[in-house]
Amino acid sequence: MSLPLFDPLLIAIVAPLALALAIALGLPKRWSVRLAYVAFAIPLLMGLHVWWHFAGAAKDHGYAFVTRYDTGLSGLGIALKLGVNGIAMPLFVMAGIVGFAAGWYAINSAAERLKIYLMLLLIMQGGLMGIFASVDVFYFYFFHELALIPTFIMVGVWGGRDRIYAAMKMTIYLTLGAMLSLLGLIAVYVKSGAHSFDLMVLHDTLAATPIAVLTQKHFFGCLLFGFGILVSLWPFHTWAPLGYGAAPSSNAMLHAGVLKKFGLYGLIQIALPLLPEGLAPWAKGLAILAAFGNVIVIGLVTIAQRDLKQMIGYSSVMHMGYAFLGIACGTALGVSGVVFLMVAHGLSVALLFLLATTIHHRTQTFSMDDMGGLGQKAPVMAAFFAAATFASIGLPGFGNFWGELTIFVALWKFSPGFCAVAVAGVILSAVYGLRAVARVFYGNASPAALRQAEQTPVLDLTWMERIPALLLLGALLFIGFCPASLTVAINSALASR
Amino acid sequence: MSPSLLPALAANNTWFAIWPEISLGCLALLLLVLEIILPVSARRHIPTVAILGQLVLFGAVLADFHNGYVGHETFNGLLRHTEGGQIMRLFFILCSVLVFWLARLTLARQTMPKIEFYNIVLVVSAAMMLLAQSNHFVMLFVALETVTIGLYILVSYTRSNALTLEAGLKYLIMGALSSALLLFGIVLLYGVAGNSALPAHSGGAMHFPELARFLTANPHNSIAAIGIVLVLAGLAFKIGAFPFQIWIPDVYQGAPTPITAFLAVGSKAAGFAALLAVMRNVFPAYEWLTTPVLSIMAGATIIFGNLAALTQHNVKRLIGLSGVSHAGFLLLGVLAVAHTPLALGAVYFYLFAYLLANFAVFGVMVHLAGANDPEQELEHYSGLAKQDPFLAAVLAVGLGSLAGIPPLAGFVGKFLIFMAAYQAGFHGLLAIAIIGVVISIYYYFGWLRAAFFEEWRPSTELAPRPERTPANWSSKLAAAVLALASIAVGFCPGVFGHLLHW
Repeated sequence: MSLPLFDPLLIAIVAPLALALAIALGLPKRWSVRLAYVAFAIPLLMGLHVWWHFAGAAKDHGYAFVTRYDTGLSGLGIALKLGVNGIAMPLFVMAGIVGFAAGWYAINSAAERLKIYLMLLLIMQGGLMGIFASVDVFYFYFFHELALIPTFIMVGVWGGRDRIYAAMKMTIYLTLGAMLSLLGLIAVYVKSGAHSFDLMVLHDTLAATPIAVLTQKHFFGCLLFGFGILVSLWPFHTWAPLGYGAAPSSNAMLHAGVLKKFGLYGLIQIALPLLPEGLAPWAKGLAILAAFGNVIVIGLVTIAQRDLKQMIGYSSVMHMGYAFLGIACGTALGVSGVVFLMVAHGLSVALLFLLATTIHHRTQTFSMDDMGGLGQKAPVMAAFFAAATFASIGLPGFGNFWGELTIFVALWKFSPGFCAVAVAGVILSAVYGLRAVARVFYGNASPAALRQAEQTPVLDLTWMERIPALLLLGALLFIGFCPASLTVAINSALASR
Repeated sequence: MSPSLLPALAANNTWFAIWPEISLGCLALLLLVLEIILPVSARRHIPTVAILGQLVLFGAVLADFHNGYVGHETFNGLLRHTEGGQIMRLFFILCSVLVFWLARLTLARQTMPKIEFYNIVLVVSAAMMLLAQSNHFVMLFVALETVTIGLYILVSYTRSNALTLEAGLKYLIMGALSSALLLFGIVLLYGVAGNSALPAHSGGAMHFPELARFLTANPHNSIAAIGIVLVLAGLAFKIGAFPFQIWIPDVYQGAPTPITAFLAVGSKAAGFAALLAVMRNVFPAYEWLTTPVLSIMAGATIIFGNLAALTQHNVKRLIGLSGVSHAGFLLLGVLAVAHTPLALGAVYFYLFAYLLANFAVFGVMVHLAGANDPEQELEHYSGLAKQDPFLAAVLAVGLGSLAGIPPLAGFVGKFLIFMAAYQAGFHGLLAIAIIGVVISIYYYFGWLRAAFFEEWRPSTELAPRPERTPANWSSKLAAAVLALASIAVGFCPGVFGHLLHW
């Protein structure tokens, strides 16, 4: 295969990593900061390029922009093979958008040791782009870990309250999840007899000679719980709200928005097509955990939160319940809903974390009891936050609506009972979402907020803060009003397998 | 010497086959000569000369990698030259160079004579190289004893320190015990193979192929089985596998830091080279015995090493016990060697990744240690990232690679070992290994936590922290090369791929 001169996928991965390396080798701060804009913009531009040209691009097994680079492990069937199919493409674009917003915000933040902070964030961004561009399962895992390591360091060094405990807990939970999923991936590789980690080859081999049904069940369980821990499946979710509560904002945006989707992506892109008989024995149990654990229990827990950032963290755990329910259906309809929800949730949760931090800059607290009345002084901020909350609840007009609606329809066919539970969850999310808006922006300012406002007058969102927020909100509205921009690709990818 | 033997030796002059070992020996003698003839002011350059000499040797061995001896026996079957042996030669030269680097920093704080230290390290390295190529139990035992006796001296080198002396004594006693076990095992095997009542008996059963022939003809001999277990036990001491790991924490703590590194990397690798040799060439007929013995050993080693490391506060003990768990992972690879061609390359790869990561960590440790070498506590690392970000970054790469975190070399090593173990069907051990990895994250992370997340509070500390040595340019260069090599090998493992014939 001849290599093209312009490989948007490789450029999107390498650009942030190259700058991170340059910073590590001692690039001066002035240049680091300026070039960081470029390094975060390149994945975004490449993502848009891929999105724009996806429909017309030549495809192999449904993958467009396929390239293959030998890294010397070809004897084991490992090579850096890049490409995006209809499932990967929307997530790749989303990673570019959220990455740019998080990067922009980080560059303009007042973080201590900004150079190192940007370096870690750039490594994370490179890894995130790599996850969704990898056709090779080894590199898919590899890029995930590459993006994960900076998370631990950023939580531990730049984090807020309980940062060290949170960093440690995240590290142990996520390593366990990653190890379990690695074991499942190795098992699939060895058992398939394909001698290749290439997803296309694995797919062809397993389509010709499937693994025995009972073995599929075991492998699927390994992947389900491994990936499940990474996506905060109840009851393995406790690291998530704690970690997000402590994480610095850009890091929380990238992790909750993009990196956490790795587990769902792995289930959809690897586990479901390669182990088609594996889901059925687990579907009921998964649906019970997701519906009663993630949606109802965590939904109630979210209502009880007083800390704004923890509340967003819990709400993200809750929304992962919908994604698991969609996967439990196992139908193309359900899975397409999950992919759509992953994109929309990634944008909306990143926007919420971004706004939570801007609120914190005004009030110097995350405690919602000490806020109130912020809407009068900062109406633009209030509008953004309300919009992000509506998106997260799943109101029409935002992307989340289509994702959740599709999942509910699929769920109705799977089991009307679970569908009822899931719909009840929407009411829970409306309760905590609207309550948060009311407590932060409406009503009278609390005594603590008044004291704080005397010291530093509250300003509305600056343009430096509005740009990333507008980007995220614009993307949410765009896919909300024009869902076909993604669904055509998603559906064709799901239909072809 | 009988007159007929001389022409035979002359015709079969194979001394050239071991030129790297002879060169190392000559280099060792050269150091002593230089110490006598050079003026006192110039003597501090002697280690530099030795390092340069070894780097040249490294290049020469690399250039001579595919020489005519590979695949042949020399010295009447005492040695057998293989590609694995060539790889281990490179490994031990690299290891020795890095020990020199550490020793230059550590010995500068001591008032001991220095050249003898380097001299012994060179001789021990040469013996390790021979050990990796031995094809005869006499060669194996003599090489192993040369290594061990050299290390007896090196472990207690800074003899003014009580903990160092204690370490030396413990190493001496345990080392003697392990040698005795190994020797007893060899004798039993030799004796039973000479029993003329048994098929394929042989008087030359010290020679690996002869012994392997005998064992294949008698696959269920109980005396041979005892001998095999004893040989494995003797080697288990060297690699620090459960239940023969008890000497590790005390000896690692007491020994001078360069020698701790030498034990952790060189001595362990030498043990694995010997273990690979006997497992592949001598004991395959007794797989029914070696597989369960090594399986139990590997599982227990992983669990013990990781659990024991959890509670350590002294970094030298911590890295020693983490090394025990690495021995367990490597044993997993050794077990898989009989079943899958991938495993041998995986073991060699793991050893190199382990070398790069360990020396990066030790390189940071020598900069933080004071004159009292055994006293290196986790608390001393607090605030390192603020004071010296370079050393902190090297430490992070080293520990991350040891923990097996992508994209570092250690991850690829663990990945290959796990894949080999899965292919070979050791599913239960694999589950234990994965639990071990998760536990290990905790203590590696604890170390990094001290370096990155915690502030140094002098007032709360009873004992003062030793003065940190800022890294000079050559140290920085070496540490940066090690850290970058760990990253580069992780991103592009193929650097070793062709070397290891995947």
